Amino acid sequence: MITTRKLSFGYSSHRDVLTNITLNLENGHIHGLLGCNGIGKTTLLKLICGIMRPQCGEVRVAGVDPMSRRPEIFSDMIIIPEEFDLPNISLERYATITKPFYPRFDRGDMRRYCEEFDIDPKIKLHSLSMGQRKKAYIAFALACNVSMILLDEPTNGLDIPSKSIFRRLLATYVNEERLIIISTHQVADVEQLLDSIIILDEIGVALNATTEEICRKIKFGKIDENDKVIYSERTIVGDVAVSVNETDVDTPLNIELLFNATTANRNAIAALFNTK
Amino acid sequence: MQFSEDKPIWRQIYELIAMRILSGEWLEGERIVSVRELAAEVGVNPNTVMRSYEKLDGDGIIFNRRGIGYFVAEGAKAHIKQLERQKFIDEELPKLRERLALLELTIEVK
Repeated sequence: MITTRKLSFGYSSHRDVLTNITLNLENGHIHGLLGCNGIGKTTLLKLICGIMRPQCGEVRVAGVDPMSRRPEIFSDMIIIPEEFDLPNISLERYATITKPFYPRFDRGDMRRYCEEFDIDPKIKLHSLSMGQRKKAYIAFALACNVSMILLDEPTNGLDIPSKSIFRRLLATYVNEERLIIISTHQVADVEQLLDSIIILDEIGVALNATTEEICRKIKFGKIDENDKVIYSERTIVGDVAVSVNETDVDTPLNIELLFNATTANRNAIAALFNTK
Repeated sequence: MQFSEDKPIWRQIYELIAMRILSGEWLEGERIVSVRELAAEVGVNPNTVMRSYEKLDGDGIIFNRRGIGYFVAEGAKAHIKQLERQKFIDEELPKLRERLALLELTIEVK
């Protein structure tokens, strides 16, 4: 479980990147973290895993402040940044050096994940392409068997078959005790993995709900008579809209449309979900 | 697995399982793969797959034996056909009628 309360952070004194972020992220879910460029998604991930200190508010990871530097928190959480530097050694060697930090690391798991991704863990990391390096690091991170994984744009650099392997690995990884956050702009890559959506905007958290709740409250798609339309777009197949689900229909979640609706009509979305 | 945008994913997985039963790939009375196994196969959140299983259970197509897993119900094939027929009449037929009228076509149903 990860919670934040009235979290704010700014890189300069006159402008905050994150303002008033209050979130309750429960185990057993894959949370999709969405928001426009520069809204602070990466910053939020860094605050959660204790790389940076919040200027206001608090973060609690399994009830503990990450700034307390307690090892049981860091040994149970891993972040996969969008870009990273790895030393020029093999993944096998990297794992040998790093695994003391992760007591549940399993080398057999790592080899299995590498095999799925078609990566040789004995090859030096610098001789791999950027996409291959990312897959190697994902294989290592999953093999750490931690409860919390934070992924920042994980599908960037992955080729088409790797994206589907990535989805299968994550769908297998998540369970009732584990929590995954995926920050992304590539919604289509991970849509079927997510069962919880967080949308950040300039004011704070514009939406934080499970996909089940979203589809219970919102109707996506064509507009029928008497629909309470929150937002609509003109497309080649006619107008598509986000409307209040008053007739208890079950329409497919359209994250892109939901995102645009939240941007265009924040108050209507907030009222439906009791967001402050 | 590729999903279409016109139906909820849980519904598409529901139909995938129904098709596997109809085609005889999964037999009546036999145990089917677990929620976790199917989630891994199709790369979908297990909570979403769970929803499909619960709905199939509610519709009497599969049933849960606590601690063992899900099994295909006896008579599931006939039951799926019955549900599919009803869905065709309720959802697809009106659209077909509309389209036929628009194109000024008539067909005879035997």
